Amino acid sequence: MKYLILLYSHSPMPGPGTPEARKLFEDWAEARQAMTDAGVLLECSPLQPPSASTTVRVRDGEALLTDGPAAEIKEVFGGLTLIECDGLDEALKWAARLPTASDGKVEVRPFYQVPS
Amino acid sequence: MQDACALALTKWPAEGVPSSPRGWLIGVARHKALDRLRREARRVRLEAVAVRDWPGTADEPCGEAGTVAAADDELALIFMCCHPALDPEARIALTLRCVCGLATADIAAAFVVPEPTLAQRLVRAKRKVRQAGIRLKPPDRDDLQRRLATVLRVIYLVYTQGHMAAAGPDLVRGALCEQAIRLARALAALIPGEPEVAGLLALLLITDARRAARTSDAGGLVPLGSQDRGRWDAAEIAEGAALLEQALTAGRPGPYQLHAAIAACHVQPETDWREIAALYSELARYEPTAVTEANRAVAVAMAEGPAAGLAILDSLGTRLARWPQFHIARAELLRMTGRTGEAITAFRRALDLPLPHPERTFLQKRITELRDARDG
Repeated sequence: MKYLILLYSHSPMPGPGTPEARKLFEDWAEARQAMTDAGVLLECSPLQPPSASTTVRVRDGEALLTDGPAAEIKEVFGGLTLIECDGLDEALKWAARLPTASDGKVEVRPFYQVPS
Repeated sequence: MQDACALALTKWPAEGVPSSPRGWLIGVARHKALDRLRREARRVRLEAVAVRDWPGTADEPCGEAGTVAAADDELALIFMCCHPALDPEARIALTLRCVCGLATADIAAAFVVPEPTLAQRLVRAKRKVRQAGIRLKPPDRDDLQRRLATVLRVIYLVYTQGHMAAAGPDLVRGALCEQAIRLARALAALIPGEPEVAGLLALLLITDARRAARTSDAGGLVPLGSQDRGRWDAAEIAEGAALLEQALTAGRPGPYQLHAAIAACHVQPETDWREIAALYSELARYEPTAVTEANRAVAVAMAEGPAAGLAILDSLGTRLARWPQFHIARAELLRMTGRTGEAITAFRRALDLPLPHPERTFLQKRITELRDARDG
């Protein structure tokens, strides 16, 4: 099964070159490697901040664009990890290993399986 | 058990002190729950006419295994139903439905929620199991640790569901009692040396030993004090007592070991009320409820006299003030200590609260008796 792990962080990204940034980079590298070794990792990436986002709504055949996300939220949806594994328990174990789970929170969302 | 506790306090002074309030409390709990179940069922049937979702989704598999065979599979299914990713409220209901096959109406009655609410909860939980990919598998060490408390409670509830039915017209749901014991055994085999698991199994065995003696030939409930001890299952009591003794040596007490110890006290030839009162004090550390305290008050009244029991009831303050039975119990203890005027006031306070008609009549009679005794 495929699971999208949505990463929500409380704190802003540490400035580049700071010890915090190095630590974060190392933690992520380790988690990525572990997921790659286990053969579950499909995609893993941070995202640009919400201010870089554009919201799209199609109404009456016309695409309406809005700058930024719909509403301000305290926790920033800052990245995603996509894994494929045997079931929820395994997905939850990987989710708990992601650095964001320790300082923010992560949401484990199963893929909808399109009936074939 | 709240209802039962109150009722027991209400009735024992009037009908003579039962030799075992605790056992009697359990018996009355079943009666009460059964009454509620019937009431609830009638009401819910009306409400549920439009809500056909449960019958429509009953064929949804509970797990990937569908139906269940061996105790190990059952245990795996319980651990799946108790998955921490599921809504805590739904876990036990899901187990009772999927593992024990209890009807939604029965589960709703046990949780005191309308049947459609519970049906909805079950449907949501089953959907999550399927959509999120919760797998049916034997629990690993981690699962055991994190889900043990819920699983213990589930097994205990399965047993009480079976026991409750035993007093009703539906006759004995002995199958549920046996299923609970089988599950507790399987769990004990899976986690040997876990004292609370052994405590639960001991509690179930000691309680179950009295099952045959609990029902009269006419199908009514026989309170513990009036039971024919010859019909108790001595082997089950011995096994339970041995398990409990072994569990206690681990030095890690918990609520199930304490409940088992209290049950064990009640099958002794002489009931040691001091010991029972002490066990309730200990239990209050894990279940610090007014009900535990009221139970302790009963035991203390039996051990040390009504004044000591009264002091405990009074220390509960207003926590049980909306419970007519609390005032009735206080009234009876006040009467026994010669405080007639206060006893009458306490009876009147009970009458200010909603009460079934027969109890109301009984209380009015009681007040008249007290007033006559005082004035005559």
